[in-house]
Amino acid sequence: MLDLLTGFIVELRSAGLPVSLTENLDAMLAVKVIPIEDRQAFKYALGATLVKSNAHWKAFETVFEVYFSLRNPDLMGTDGEMSDIDIEELAQRMRMGGQQQANQQGGAMDSMTPQELAEMLYKALLNADQAMMRAIARQAVSRFSGMEPGRPVGGTYYLYRTLRNLDLDGMLERLMEESRQQVGGELTPLEERLEKDEFESRINQMRQEIEAEIRRRLVADRGVEAMARTLRKPLPEDVDFMHATREEMVSLRKAIYPLTRKLAVRLARKRRHGRKGPLDFRNTVRHSLSYGGVPADPKFKFPRPAKPEIMVIADISGSVAAFARFTLQLVYAISGQFSKVRSFVFIDGIDEVTKFFEGIEDITEAVHRVNTEADVIWVDGHSDYGHAFEVFWSKWGKEISPKTTVLLLGDARNNYHASQAWVVKEMRKKARHVYWLNPEPKSYWDTGDSILSEYSSHTDGAWECRNLRQLERFVENLD
Amino acid sequence: MNAPRFATVPEVREGLRSVDYLADDGIAGVVYLADRLGKPVLVEGPAGTGKTELAKAVAKMTGSKLIRLQCYEGLDESKALYEWNYKKQLLRIQAQRVAEGDGANWNEIEDDIFSEDFLLTRPLLEAIRSEEPVVLLIDEVDRVEVETEALLLEILSDYQVSIPELGTVMAKQIPLVFLTSNNTRELSEALKRRCLFLHIDYPQMDREKAIVLTRVPDIQENLADQIVRIVRSIRQIELKKSPSVSETIDWARTLVLLGVQNIDAQTAKETLHILLKYQTDIAKASKELSVDAPAK
Repeated sequence: MLDLLTGFIVELRSAGLPVSLTENLDAMLAVKVIPIEDRQAFKYALGATLVKSNAHWKAFETVFEVYFSLRNPDLMGTDGEMSDIDIEELAQRMRMGGQQQANQQGGAMDSMTPQELAEMLYKALLNADQAMMRAIARQAVSRFSGMEPGRPVGGTYYLYRTLRNLDLDGMLERLMEESRQQVGGELTPLEERLEKDEFESRINQMRQEIEAEIRRRLVADRGVEAMARTLRKPLPEDVDFMHATREEMVSLRKAIYPLTRKLAVRLARKRRHGRKGPLDFRNTVRHSLSYGGVPADPKFKFPRPAKPEIMVIADISGSVAAFARFTLQLVYAISGQFSKVRSFVFIDGIDEVTKFFEGIEDITEAVHRVNTEADVIWVDGHSDYGHAFEVFWSKWGKEISPKTTVLLLGDARNNYHASQAWVVKEMRKKARHVYWLNPEPKSYWDTGDSILSEYSSHTDGAWECRNLRQLERFVENLD
Repeated sequence: MNAPRFATVPEVREGLRSVDYLADDGIAGVVYLADRLGKPVLVEGPAGTGKTELAKAVAKMTGSKLIRLQCYEGLDESKALYEWNYKKQLLRIQAQRVAEGDGANWNEIEDDIFSEDFLLTRPLLEAIRSEEPVVLLIDEVDRVEVETEALLLEILSDYQVSIPELGTVMAKQIPLVFLTSNNTRELSEALKRRCLFLHIDYPQMDREKAIVLTRVPDIQENLADQIVRIVRSIRQIELKKSPSVSETIDWARTLVLLGVQNIDAQTAKETLHILLKYQTDIAKASKELSVDAPAK
């Protein structure tokens, strides 16, 4: 048990969760007082002692599943038995339940046709029958996924194959149809939506069952350590902007909102509680009167640092669009901390998009409009930093003031056009700061058509911003 | 050390149910563990999911006194831990002078004025010195500054408070400690390490329905079912602030008061402002729920 737990913690650490020694000890203590048969309690005991942030819970769950529920059915006895309800019995039960099937020859699921299986699934979903769903998941995986021992294919491949055969989307249609029939006629839109949500959540559950089943089999085939490694996913704050999958994008979008809130609170606090100013002589003397002229209560001047003005100039060509989007979102979400935010986007032409963000509460909406409506294409729609900067300078260059901080976003891949780096140099002369944020890893800078150093030598610094964590750190130190 | 308060996890859950708090496995498990390991619990989650309520329910269940420390920016030692009663000390010194003339023995006075008689206990010290069992609730701990967090560390890990003039005050009994956080900032590692972590999220539909049924008297089961299903739908929409459990309960109460039996789109739209607090959210939700039929 101890070995297992140690392995588990090592895996958690390599998945990026910070688990300290005290937490490790706590977990061991917790496991001692929790009855080991109670799997839920066991899981929460480990979770409560080892995971200290909700964002990490998902990663914890995955590792937990691989280590405990999948490998050791004997250890976690209760769960294994539950899912082992006899399949035949289920089939029997379903037949008793009325709805007749075409071929009813008392065979177990193995001998059923795919149509029958689909029919069973439909029933299970309609009645939200958990045990049945689990049994069907097993059957479906062994039948459709074509899993062979030792085959070096990822779990997603099997998942795809299984789901394709089950046709869950079609199933949703049928379920909706059924519930429409039940009320006899049309559903009101509200009811329709509620029914749909209900069935969608059941189908989702089914999908998870299938996923779990596939993992269970893969673990049996490949062993725990190998499986844990393939399932390891970066935490949301470590996901690379440029290579995020669609799923990761969704989790990123979710992660950015609480992050902006935290950042705004922190920035506001920093501004308020920053350095204490020099002695405010006048105020001190005035207050000393109530102490009979003794300056018992010294007063200080609180410096009110001017809020910076921000100009964001972002490349939104395909390769770095996601990065620009997140940065814009972040900057606007905390725009209360700046006196003014103006934003410009470019590919080879440049356009001001500040107005899209004005008076709009929903930033995602604004970002969407930026992507669709901004006029950023001049010739061919390949990044041309040089031309974009030149146009920027002639149109808006005058508006850069000593209070302005300019943020340039992009990978500086200029498609071998002229760099026009003098613009950046001029900007720096006028502005308070000029920073360059690059979503590429540092080792790629200045390779191929990237000419970052030509620009960055004129800025106050070039920063690598590949994930939310780095972006957050940069914005926090912005002044 | 105290005797354990609970024997098993199910016992915790049953106990909480008896005081009208419906816990899930996670909540009951962590409360049980907190008692067994003698560790504080850090409860985190969206607003209005019953974080503070949990501490109250546990206090009620175990029949202990609830001591609450509401955190806010600028909270300091003298408001959280203890303070010397200066006025009383001054009076004491003057009384001594009057009684014995100016030749009073200073050492005696000093020993005297820094004794427990002159100590004003604040919530944290009070929780520790209490003879009877106590549940200590440190509410919204994320509101204090990072530096102030350090105040809590000694009491959280060793259940003791050091007062320079008096020495260390050890706990007479280990209180059950709950810290709640709305997660407006990252708490320090040191604090997190000392606590068990519990995240309370919006409940599953079944549980939310059960909560509505226990909390709202004379509600029809049919109506409760509709309510939680609509709430679940609304939570799936991307909103500024999703409806919380307490808002669900408010909504249910309103509908019962209005004598609504069956929610149709119109009623839902008219009472939506109880669930949602931002105008943009209300507009978005009512659009999603009624005007636009889901394109099929």
